[in-house]
Amino acid sequence: MDSLELTYQVPGDDFSRAGEASSAVKRTLKTLGFPPDLIRRIAIAMYEAEINMVIHADGGVVTARISPELVEVSFADVGPGIPDIDLAMQEGYSTASEQVRDLGFGAGMGLPNMKKYADDMTITTTVGVGTTVLLQFQIA
Amino acid sequence: MDKTLHPVTLDRDLCTGCTTCVKRCPTEAIRVRNKHAIILHDRCIVCSECIRLCPAHAKKAQVDKLADALAAHPYTVALVPPVLYAQFSGLRDRNIALTALLQLGFHAVFEVAEAAEAISAATQEAYQSGALDTPLISSSCPTVRRIIRARFPSLLSSLLPFHSPMELAARAARQRAAEATGLPPGDIGCVYLSPCPAAAAEMCDPLCCDSSAVSAVVSIAELYPRLLTQIKKVTQPQILATASPRGIGWGVSGGESRASFEHVAYLAGDGMENILQTLENVENQQFSTVKFYEFSPCTAGCAGGALTVENPFIARTRLSRIMAHPTELAPHAPIDPALLRWERHMAPAPVLRLGGSIADAMAKLRRIQEQENRFIGMDCGACGAPSCHALAEDIVEGMANEDQCIFLMREKLQKRLYGRQSDL
Repeated sequence: MDSLELTYQVPGDDFSRAGEASSAVKRTLKTLGFPPDLIRRIAIAMYEAEINMVIHADGGVVTARISPELVEVSFADVGPGIPDIDLAMQEGYSTASEQVRDLGFGAGMGLPNMKKYADDMTITTTVGVGTTVLLQFQIA
Repeated sequence: MDKTLHPVTLDRDLCTGCTTCVKRCPTEAIRVRNKHAIILHDRCIVCSECIRLCPAHAKKAQVDKLADALAAHPYTVALVPPVLYAQFSGLRDRNIALTALLQLGFHAVFEVAEAAEAISAATQEAYQSGALDTPLISSSCPTVRRIIRARFPSLLSSLLPFHSPMELAARAARQRAAEATGLPPGDIGCVYLSPCPAAAAEMCDPLCCDSSAVSAVVSIAELYPRLLTQIKKVTQPQILATASPRGIGWGVSGGESRASFEHVAYLAGDGMENILQTLENVENQQFSTVKFYEFSPCTAGCAGGALTVENPFIARTRLSRIMAHPTELAPHAPIDPALLRWERHMAPAPVLRLGGSIADAMAKLRRIQEQENRFIGMDCGACGAPSCHALAEDIVEGMANEDQCIFLMREKLQKRLYGRQSDL
């Protein structure tokens, strides 16, 4: 059985639009009858990832691949890249600007939360080139 | 009321088939067929949007008649929600309206706000003791519970597991009336004077208990003229009120939050479009500090219910005047906390889900997408479905056919008549 693929652009300059890809994927998963708790985990992790793309990378492309056994979502940006992934994974560590923090974002919980809610997370990054985060969710 | 009847019905003679309701229904529960709307009752969440929006006033709320409700039991208690008071210009003393209700034939009155206060107290206690996980979502509105069950099932576990003020009021009122009169509980009717048809849905098909304690639901709109006349005749009001201003405040959006979570971060939203968007946000866990959500599909809260008569914003202001008015209260025993808890938890009812296994649904979705790609995407509604996507879904589900799309139909005709396709 081949998978279903959905693609969304995340605009870089608009916090209020972050979450649109998450909501669209969520709607599709609900239509398809995925379990509510899994959908919630996916929604939360996707929203964090979308916010990250807006804060750090001027947006990017979200691709969700849905199959009955696995939901895979990749977030690809052409932002600054992550120089030290271990450091970036620490709770509370953030390189967000003061302005972004004033908006209530950049608490340094984005990547840790994505890891927490996904079954598997892979980060591919090159400084100056961009970052791709791949989240995988297994259907029990 | 016949409990198998659905609380929202259509007057076929009035319906013009205009698709206003079709397009605005939050669960895509309406289609136009043969120039008339039909309601897919399994999908309906009784939100009243279609009743409010219908330009021809063809959508009707199916509730009980006052005369029938008063005749059904030897002893009848009126369950009085806060918004009832807000319908009457100049009314400040709730005891006047309550006395007028007795004069209209009710044997006793019970302020639903008293039940609301009991829910607030229990909520505070459960929250402070850490017995409930946050964030919590108010379960007072029957439509909100139906929206969550239908569209946001992952949030079901966040619903506050207490009965609605209406249901709790009915339980407490029957207990109190049985004690006061010595009558068997079965002889006591509990009639809710309702601002909305969702109360009738909750009475006929309660989601959190096996059967509702409410015996009848009468609309405020039907009661209003008679009660107005009677209120004017009251010279010596009896002392019947039992609720404090905090409970009365539940009649408007934000009232429950202020009563239960005054010093805790809460979000109170109203209006269908707004709350659907906010529920999406809640599901994404976008608001990390909020501990309590209160949603009112009706603008301004219950004051905006489809069975009220007063403008919701006037009613809202009036309610705050009524809250500020010092009202003499009748002595009463507190509501038994054992009556509060849900008897069962709600199961998801994902009405927009495609049937079968995930693999089956994926195959169906693919066919729907292929079908949808054949449409121009205007979402014109001429086919009777709310959108091109919905028509595609109906076709794949065997509920419609492609000829219902006027653009594809025109193309077909042009091909046959002129041997060429439309430019569109």
